[in-house]
Amino acid sequence: MTAQAGVDVPVVRPQGRATRWLGGDGAFRVAVTACSAVVLVTIVAMVIFLLVQGFDAMRHYGFFSFLTTARWAPSEATATSSSPNPYGILQFIYGTLITSLIAMILAVPVAVSVALYITNFAPLRLRRGLSSLVDLLAAVPSVVYGFWGIFALLPALKPIGGFLASTLGKVPVIGVAFSGPYFGYSYFAAGVVLAIMVLPIIAAVCREIFATTAGSWKEAATALGATRWEVAMVAVYRPSRTGILGASILGLGRALGETIAVTMVIGNYVLSINKSILGQGATMSSVIANEFTEAVEPFHLQALFVVGFWLLVVALVVNIIARRIVAAQAAL
Amino acid sequence: MRIATMRATVVAVGMLGLLDACGSSGSGAGAATTTATTPGATAVCKSTTQNPGYKNGLTKQPNQATSLSGAGSTFVNSMMSVWTAAYASAGGVQVAYQSIGSGAGIKQVQAGTVDFGDSDAYMKDADIALAKGPVLQVPLVLAPVVVTYNVTGVASGLKLDGETIGKIFAGKITSWDDPAIKSENPKVTLPSEPIATVHRSDGSGTTDIFTDFLTKESPTWVTALGGATQSRGKTVAWPNGIGGKGNDGVSGAVGQTEGAIGYVELGYALTQHLPYANVKNKSGAFIEPCNQTVLAATNGVTYPVDLRFDLTDASDPQAYPITGTTWALIYQNQTDAAKAAALINFFSWVLTTGQDMTSAVNYQPLGKDLQQKCIDQLKKMTLNGQPIVP
Repeated sequence: MTAQAGVDVPVVRPQGRATRWLGGDGAFRVAVTACSAVVLVTIVAMVIFLLVQGFDAMRHYGFFSFLTTARWAPSEATATSSSPNPYGILQFIYGTLITSLIAMILAVPVAVSVALYITNFAPLRLRRGLSSLVDLLAAVPSVVYGFWGIFALLPALKPIGGFLASTLGKVPVIGVAFSGPYFGYSYFAAGVVLAIMVLPIIAAVCREIFATTAGSWKEAATALGATRWEVAMVAVYRPSRTGILGASILGLGRALGETIAVTMVIGNYVLSINKSILGQGATMSSVIANEFTEAVEPFHLQALFVVGFWLLVVALVVNIIARRIVAAQAAL
Repeated sequence: MRIATMRATVVAVGMLGLLDACGSSGSGAGAATTTATTPGATAVCKSTTQNPGYKNGLTKQPNQATSLSGAGSTFVNSMMSVWTAAYASAGGVQVAYQSIGSGAGIKQVQAGTVDFGDSDAYMKDADIALAKGPVLQVPLVLAPVVVTYNVTGVASGLKLDGETIGKIFAGKITSWDDPAIKSENPKVTLPSEPIATVHRSDGSGTTDIFTDFLTKESPTWVTALGGATQSRGKTVAWPNGIGGKGNDGVSGAVGQTEGAIGYVELGYALTQHLPYANVKNKSGAFIEPCNQTVLAATNGVTYPVDLRFDLTDASDPQAYPITGTTWALIYQNQTDAAKAAALINFFSWVLTTGQDMTSAVNYQPLGKDLQQKCIDQLKKMTLNGQPIVP
């Protein structure tokens, strides 16, 4: 059968018939340009949509007034009063950034180690299995992570949280960030769930990057008498640092916007910035998910669109900064 | 004249209901006082419930539409799915109900995108002003909101009064061995552990019912929230605690958190095997939430003509104080004859046969007087200004 197929493959076109349509190049260029334009148009349309939807609230309370308070109390909104703005969103920006930060601190070292192990240390038989297991982690739907977070992770984190509260929580100055009581639902738990969710993304990209490092470098390092550890550091990790940063940005993008799993474990406290990472809070995406179905107070729904707008801004800014860092790294 | 007769009926039926409750507890007139001191309330609750078997449905309207669409309250969703399935298999029409939340249900009614809506908090005048015309608000079932908790070694029946619950949710009582809780429960061993309050993170009719009760009973709660206008609603500015999305989110968080206290519809506490409190009512008795005590909350209530009322903090000695209902929202004047016929047939069925299916999903059927008023409410529906039911 394969032989049969092999015979069929080289199709010889009849001579004299035009095998190239001369307009092909132009048409192809137009087609791919149009497709790329769709991406740009989508982003711009989204920003415009969010601004238009949130316009009433922005006009009523002032464009920047959302960013100057951390108190979200829709029940206190009235149709007429415009000050103070009951829809402060600083605490959500804080929540989004702090959970993503916790996630990155926990996930990046582990992900890089996993990728290093798979590409450089694992026995050949294990590599493929391990790789697909890591990829499988990325395929778990986020609501499943949320459920797992509530029923498995929260109880498992309880002793850790309690330990942090009773040790670090008692230290002056930094103690504020770890003060108890620890009930489970917290920035910390959300950060850990996010870490597990972004780990496979970072690990998978790092694995590809490590796999493409030049074999000659490794051989050279080995020839110079480097140990396996030194080979991994010098010939694999060093040249891949820019790639690792890029991989981390991909992970960070997911962490910033992840909604359902976070909503399920963060505790959804919206009235102020909770200084303790062991306390409850909310992120920009979690408050939207929680409230948009019942946003019936004056300007409530519009205020949620404002949150969506700033979430987009935060995500873009973080991405731009991260890209700058990657570019600076690559230039070195 | 008409109002006077109505009131007489209400009182008569109310007394009947009270007699029922007393009879089932088997202790006659002393039942109310015994509930306060002994587990007498439990005796009231353990007696088997009887399906009301209402037969006063409206005449079936011919030429009805083949389907209806509804949207709103998540709280009534499990009841609604039982009803829609049973109604379809009993030869009725297909009713598609979207469980999207009370507030969203009201919005859909205002926009006229559904045939009926459903909300656990009735439409206020401001809400109706945004609608396309007068809206009939028809209560469908009764249900208690229970105060549920997760404290090692503490079973169902912890006694709590409104002020104590208010102080807990306002963050003024922070430990389970607080004297305010201990003094009402001398026989219960309460651990010295912090209290985690759990509330709804989404807007909710359940929250409205619960905070309505707190506003009536807890001055501390009202002060903490900045006045009675701020302390009740589908959303309030919770001063602390864990927010859970939906009734299942709250019951899940309570179940997962040692030291937690929250509020959910009874059914959610039962399915998750969570203990719940006996709450002190207006006459000073600690009442277990169940079919009989919820029904008792409707005793002696004078219903306004538009059927917009609160059942919290009722005066009946056996009434469970955190009781609520859910309202179907239907435009009084319909423009499509087939839809109007289908609506009348469906809700007439829900208010009669449908009431016998409530206990299976832990809701309580409407009391007889209220049920009759709901049927009367349906009769007010018109088609292009003309009455439909004679």
